Amino acid sequence: MLILTCPCCGQTGEETEFHAGGEAHLKRFGPGSSDDDFQGYLFMRENPKGVHFERWRHVYGCGKWFHAARCTMTLEIFGTYPAQTLEPPKDLCDKISGKRPGWSWRTFS
Amino acid sequence: MSNAVSAMHGATWSDGIADIAEAPLQGMITLRADMKDKAVKKAIAAATKVEMPGPGQANGVGDRGLCWMSPDEFLLLCPYDTVAADLARIQTALAKTHALAVNVSDARALFRVSGPAARDVMAKLAPVDLSPAVFQPGMFRRTRLAQVAAAFWMPNADTFQIVCFRSHAQYMFDLLKTAARKGSKVGAF
Repeated sequence: MLILTCPCCGQTGEETEFHAGGEAHLKRFGPGSSDDDFQGYLFMRENPKGVHFERWRHVYGCGKWFHAARCTMTLEIFGTYPAQTLEPPKDLCDKISGKRPGWSWRTFS
Repeated sequence: MSNAVSAMHGATWSDGIADIAEAPLQGMITLRADMKDKAVKKAIAAATKVEMPGPGQANGVGDRGLCWMSPDEFLLLCPYDTVAADLARIQTALAKTHALAVNVSDARALFRVSGPAARDVMAKLAPVDLSPAVFQPGMFRRTRLAQVAAAFWMPNADTFQIVCFRSHAQYMFDLLKTAARKGSKVGAF
């Protein structure tokens, strides 16, 4: 079970109060992009054992979207941060490095 | 003028570890605005005469209450008879700001779970830490109860007040009755 804290409203609840919204920090390739880029955007997803970044929505609470960093193996939540960002905040990355040295995820590490 | 009635016609049940009752008609006004905006704060405080609650809190003054629903949404509780007047006053006060105030009194149902085991009953249904050290009177929590969205607060140490959608009223009443069945006290708190 995941215990998430919504960065928008500060409430802490378990995962059934939230809804998972898939992988975080996707770069969108729409009309006019190359076929490879579009295919990558549409279908290619990370499937890590360990550190993972996801989008979540506080569906039964404030209704806002946010980002969460978690471990897929232990279900540990490293932290949550606002949706209005293109990358995880540095202090969160440092915290993850402390717990999972040498981690990397897409272009982040 | 139609005769306004509550969703469950004030149904009550007291054949278990906690008493369940549908509360009488309650005036409710949803307020959406940028709550950090000074003009909004001032207008809401003046129009509702209740101090703005902090995150996860509910403030009550007499028969009025202001509940924190999310960073940009508050719920004003007021007597059912004065909703129209309150709403008009709020809309006038907020006229110059980007804000929304809507009367939702008839869109909601209100329940009361009371008794020493009320906390047990609620903890069975909500994915929330309800231990007495964490959740106390004065706090307000918006979450789910089993399969439907709801919000609740504690008027006192033995009572929970629940707001849910009116269309979920029957489900909520049955749900609370099931969770409060005789002999089903968990005793975790």
